[in-house]
Amino acid sequence: MFGEFDTSVIFDNLHFLLEGMQTTLILTVIAICGGLVLGTLLALARLAPFKPLSFIAGSYVNFFRSMPLILVIFWFYFLVPHIVGRPVGGFYSVLVAFVMFEAAYYCEIMRAGIQSVRKGQIYAGQALGLTYTQNMRYVVLPQAFRNMVPILMTQAIILFQDTSLVYVVGVKDFLVSADLVANRENRILEMFTTVALVYFVICLSGSLLVRRLQRKFAQ
Amino acid sequence: MIELKNVSKWYDEFQVLNDCSTQVAKGEVVVVCGPSGSGKSTLIKCVNGLEAFQKGEIYVDGTSVGDAGTNLPQLRSHIGMVFQNFELFPHISVTENIKLAQLKVLGRSDDESQQNAARLLERVGLSDQADKHPAQLSGGQQQRVAIARALAMDPVAMLFDEPTSALDPEMINEVLDVMVELATDGMTMMVVTHEMGFARRVADRVIFMDEGRIEEDCSKEEFFNSERGERAQIFLSKILEH
Repeated sequence: MFGEFDTSVIFDNLHFLLEGMQTTLILTVIAICGGLVLGTLLALARLAPFKPLSFIAGSYVNFFRSMPLILVIFWFYFLVPHIVGRPVGGFYSVLVAFVMFEAAYYCEIMRAGIQSVRKGQIYAGQALGLTYTQNMRYVVLPQAFRNMVPILMTQAIILFQDTSLVYVVGVKDFLVSADLVANRENRILEMFTTVALVYFVICLSGSLLVRRLQRKFAQ
Repeated sequence: MIELKNVSKWYDEFQVLNDCSTQVAKGEVVVVCGPSGSGKSTLIKCVNGLEAFQKGEIYVDGTSVGDAGTNLPQLRSHIGMVFQNFELFPHISVTENIKLAQLKVLGRSDDESQQNAARLLERVGLSDQADKHPAQLSGGQQQRVAIARALAMDPVAMLFDEPTSALDPEMINEVLDVMVELATDGMTMMVVTHEMGFARRVADRVIFMDEGRIEEDCSKEEFFNSERGERAQIFLSKILEH
């Protein structure tokens, strides 16, 4: 079997595989951006002095952090078309699922980040006459974000791997595309080795980058 | 300019400020001293509403700080404050530190804010550091930038909360020099400090606090020359010994 390890199947189907990778990357990037925005808002809500708001945000986070991701993906696949009243296709439903799921994790990261900013910084912003919102926007959040870059990136790498779960609802990401090729061409070993290598290289590069950033920030 | 009337404050059961009353007239320099934990930092933070107080009243330039209807951000925008740990914003440059509140709070143009920043940096002797980040500056330099940042708001009064306590000894004077210059220029100042040399040079009055109370509130001459309460005497002998 190893004797006939045929890499030509990869190049013959490169376009198709790249399309799959494009879906994976688009999903990852949108889920990161959406999750980060929603997560930051949730973090602000959780830290708000207004108790009901903080309770709602806290419940949201606890709920999604208690659910297996695969269940959330399934669930939104059936739920989203129901809410918008028409079929939206697998891609958009998983997009919503990922943004909402990741938001719960990004919320906790951003909350820790906001709390890592010294009280004195908040005083300094207040003393200059900044309002609560201005102080958050110009003083606290930029620092919280910077302090959390390594952890946010680690979460992004996990998310990149997790996007492969979309196969359960048939969205053609990188893994599913490779699977289709593998079965069509009967080249299972070649395809899955390639998939593993690609995931490995991307995630390892990401992790190395995180480590470099950590060192840079530690200075 | 600043008036405190019977201010009391509690952290749960613990009373940190006990019936504090004093005032700072326009152009006056008042030094607040006392042992650590005496409530002097808390008192000065009450003046611009960074700390809430439960009893009494504080007026700054005629505005009541404790009144729920007071627009605190607006009030604070014209009271400068300098902190023990400088509290420059580490993610932006020195110039941007001085520009931020001018742009966002006072609504000044970028040009005007930039010119003010340059003028104030020159005044505190740091024009050559304008584009650096705070972490690249020494403690003394950071504190001078912090003073410039507060001055950029054209404050009616300046509050200093132990401005030299976190500094290495050789950097204390460069900060005190800037403060002395401010005082001689007629700035209204309330200064929490143990720097008695500074008090002797420019203070009009000295307040001594102990266990949340204002124990002494008198002119500099009285404070340094005449008989004082026992606690104040012990405190003063301790910090003047060395």
